[in-house]
Amino acid sequence: MITKTVPNVEAACDGVKDNMTFMLGGFGLSGIPENCIAELVRLNVKGVTCISNNAGVDDFGLGLLLQQRQIKKMISSYVGENAEFERQMLSGELEVDLIPQGTLAARCRAAQSGIPAFYTPAGYGTEVAEGKESRDFEGKMHILEHAFKADFGFVKAWKGDTAGNLIFKGTARNFNPNMAGAANITVAEVEELVPAGTFDPNHIHIPGIFVQRIFQGAKYEKRIENLTVRTRD
Amino acid sequence: MALTKDQIAKRIAREVKDGYYVNLGIGIPTLVANFVRDDIEVEFQSENGVLGMGPFPFEGEEDPDLINAGKQTITALPGASFFDSATSFSMIRGQHVDLTILGAMEVAQNGDIANWKIPGKMVKGMGGAMDLVASAENIIVAMMHTNKAGESKMLKKCSLPLTGVNCVKKVVTNLAVLSIENNSFRLLEKAPGVSVEEIQAATEGDLIVEGHIPDMRF
Repeated sequence: MITKTVPNVEAACDGVKDNMTFMLGGFGLSGIPENCIAELVRLNVKGVTCISNNAGVDDFGLGLLLQQRQIKKMISSYVGENAEFERQMLSGELEVDLIPQGTLAARCRAAQSGIPAFYTPAGYGTEVAEGKESRDFEGKMHILEHAFKADFGFVKAWKGDTAGNLIFKGTARNFNPNMAGAANITVAEVEELVPAGTFDPNHIHIPGIFVQRIFQGAKYEKRIENLTVRTRD
Repeated sequence: MALTKDQIAKRIAREVKDGYYVNLGIGIPTLVANFVRDDIEVEFQSENGVLGMGPFPFEGEEDPDLINAGKQTITALPGASFFDSATSFSMIRGQHVDLTILGAMEVAQNGDIANWKIPGKMVKGMGGAMDLVASAENIIVAMMHTNKAGESKMLKKCSLPLTGVNCVKKVVTNLAVLSIENNSFRLLEKAPGVSVEEIQAATEGDLIVEGHIPDMRF
């Protein structure tokens, strides 16, 4: 067994520097690496590029890094919920690369799996295709997309073990499994860290080989972005 | 009378068939789930990673780890499954999802669709829409026929940045059901109480009207 545990978030983020590229899991505020984001805010690293489906909200998630002007460039598919983001983007302070959500996931998976590039039909004939190679496969046009390159990947799982094996919960899974192993160093934060051997190997979603550092997050706020409920009849 | 958003959703629900896996976009499409017949088996996919999406939770039972693509809290029905984003788009790109229902800002008579950006004003992003429209065989667009200023959103050519090209085949609006064929809109059904002339006036693109045009049924 190879142990991947680090004592805390400070150790997990050791080596993080200005101008690096980070991948961060999560969809909206669900399944985001809250503890690592808080540490990136504390470290106040500047000029960073973030690959993340969304950019948080004004006062939570990646919105916290935006407030401190830490982010130079965002690579996302949807950024609708963040007024500060929109302001920085429209004023030109923030560089933004909006890409289709499936392409975002596939570029993470390509990086994880050692595939340098791939063709997808998503975005053909749109702004997304500008400057990219295109090719006809069986009568349909596709564009060439490349694997991401990132220095650190920050993923969040429900449970993990000391060998770095991860188990996710609900739709908090989203991009996290695709980003594990896609950056030079993958940091996994979990709600519950257990000794290796605790999980049935059949139940593990992501094997520890894709994770370099794992720790149990000190606390989780797990904020709900859009609470919708129905009333009982 | 022009239809309400609920009525548009109700009409689209009639296109949902037994055994379909369906992806619903944000806005009017989300409402479609409320009107699907309960004697057929349908599963709703949300691209953030759930198949078998159920209704909103009862108050106090919401789970921050269980949301839809609109970031709303949801429930999962018996038989549901959760998966990662790459797997989700394998379902979409691989054409395993039978029907895609999404909103739009503009649709053109060649099947182009625009729904993600207004340059200089609004930039929210395309989310999963570009993947959906590029791969889905069966796309229904749910939208208002005109904008708030009364200008047509059924155009000869889209003016906004495109989400996809030559992909839309059916549009359901507050005024009509239209198909797109041979580089034209074709009027299939009209909202009860709305005249063909009103629909013609609200459609900037070429509109083919042939024979008797029935009223929509719900």
